Amino acid sequence: MPAVAGWARRAWDHDLAWSFRHSPVALLAAFLTLVCIGGAVLAPWVAPQNPYDSATLSLSDGFTPPAWTEKGTRKYLLGTDDQGRDVLSTILYGARISLGVGLASVLFSALLGVSLGLVSGYLGGRLDAFIMRVADIQLSFPAILIALLIDGTARIALPREAHDALALYVLVVAIGLSKWVDYARTVRGSTLVEKGKDYVQAARVIGRRPLAIMVHHVLPNAMGPVLVIATINIATAIITEATLSFLGVGVPPTQPSLGTLIRVGNDFLISGEWWISLFPGAALVLLVLAVNLLGDWLRDALNPRLR
Amino acid sequence: MFAFVLRRIAQAVLVMLTVGFIAFALFRFVGDPVLFMLGQDATPEDRERVTRLLGLDQPFYVQYAKFVGRAVQGDFGLSLRQVQPVSRLFVERLPATLELSFAAAALALVAGVGMGVYTALRRDSWLSQALLALSLVGVSLPTFLIGILLILVFAVMLGWLPSFGRGETVALGWWSTGLLTWSGIKSLILPAVTLGLFQMTLIQRLVRAEMLEVLRTDYIKFARARGLTDRAVHFGHALKNTLVPVITITGLQLGAIIAFAIITETVFQWPGMGLLFIQAVGFADVPVMAAYLCLIALIFVVINLAVDLLYYAVDPRLRIDRAAAAH
Repeated sequence: MPAVAGWARRAWDHDLAWSFRHSPVALLAAFLTLVCIGGAVLAPWVAPQNPYDSATLSLSDGFTPPAWTEKGTRKYLLGTDDQGRDVLSTILYGARISLGVGLASVLFSALLGVSLGLVSGYLGGRLDAFIMRVADIQLSFPAILIALLIDGTARIALPREAHDALALYVLVVAIGLSKWVDYARTVRGSTLVEKGKDYVQAARVIGRRPLAIMVHHVLPNAMGPVLVIATINIATAIITEATLSFLGVGVPPTQPSLGTLIRVGNDFLISGEWWISLFPGAALVLLVLAVNLLGDWLRDALNPRLR
Repeated sequence: MFAFVLRRIAQAVLVMLTVGFIAFALFRFVGDPVLFMLGQDATPEDRERVTRLLGLDQPFYVQYAKFVGRAVQGDFGLSLRQVQPVSRLFVERLPATLELSFAAAALALVAGVGMGVYTALRRDSWLSQALLALSLVGVSLPTFLIGILLILVFAVMLGWLPSFGRGETVALGWWSTGLLTWSGIKSLILPAVTLGLFQMTLIQRLVRAEMLEVLRTDYIKFARARGLTDRAVHFGHALKNTLVPVITITGLQLGAIIAFAIITETVFQWPGMGLLFIQAVGFADVPVMAAYLCLIALIFVVINLAVDLLYYAVDPRLRIDRAAAAH
């Protein structure tokens, strides 16, 4: 117990925690992010309705406008879509998919980029030249285009039956592959710096193997910037996922994300049912904004020059 | 100089060959072309004849070389969905995408430079603050949401502008233009704003930062001391010196605009190449996808190559670095 208390004490006194407590923007962003994550994770419990259980839907409730308008009812706070699904519930369930795909793809690209950057920087030589050449070329294309092309290509390369089952994984890999360069370049740079330091030389002298040196000695000292890039990239990944889903090449319609909801609602925009696409859109913006603010704060807090 | 140019061109060709290989692999391994052409109940003899006719019995690398040879001439075969040559489909769609992209780029450049200059000169006015806040929104909103919001406001609520399509077009030879009819121009406004907004905010921020930098320099102080009018100082001296990076960025962003046109074209059902690509993905129309892959890669490779070579011509430091690195 004293150990836990001591740990909590140290965490509370840490620079990062101090800066966090004294930044209203960070607190607000963290609060918003927590609300979004909480709503997404707890969707099955907090959502007024399970929108994908057809037993609870009634078609006659379709196209109900939001509660505060004339024809709205208290039952559906943000209105319903064409199938009579509660829009608030679809947003909560959709945020689950959006956040899940966003986090998974950031994790994937960070893992890939960090490993490639570490190997590239530590071993150097032809492998380094090759990896960095590929990175340069990839960097000259917009990331969202690369994700779109990988996703589109994978879609038609896979058998049709497997589409819906694999779509989420394909999406995670496509978005992940479009962003690995950020991590690889940063980690390679830090690795080149750390490689020349005495502690790495010492580890080499006592005969540790290259892999062990990379993972146990160099990596911990190269992780700081990775954290910042990853936080900011979560927002980018969520937007990319939403865009691909909006274009109809993202998640399968059976598991709609925020982007899919906007796509579906877009069809009803002209006929005046604006709430079906606008509320998921607002939720997406809120989520992205909160994560972005948090990332900005983290970047400033970790930057010693700004202290 | 010559070695550098040669190396950059070699790299560009290598990128194109790699993209071409991916496109070829799509062609060759997604679905069975013979089965597609003959149907299920063809005799083995027929299948063998068609296989030989299509050259599918030859070694892999020979097929790849032939594919590249045809691709260079713009021949990507027939679209599987619309039974037409892929090249003709692209020629039909190309004007729509290019008109949209250039309208967006022109808008981004004119409005971006104007807003950038204004926010730099009148730093504390409320309009500057509002424009800066607007640019933050432009950066953080996804493109497709901006398009949807514009449709909601200007097409659905106000009813001023059409929400989809290109309006009436006029054919000038093979080029069909929407710029000569009133409905064509009205249809262009919303998509061009949607597509250009991100680049506009980018240029605005760049111009503002560069202007603020330049306005602090000695030659601006000297120009003021000479008693030149504000107008001459701001536009004759300051703005002129900020334009080099702006032009570079705009050039580089042109590729991004053409790529992002995929999203805008889908939102507005604009009949361009991007919409063609998205529809091809939906219908697994491999030849169209392969052609788009090669075309978009070509556009990016050419733009990047041109910018690199221009830099090399403009910036002597690059040359010295290269020479030093070689020794």
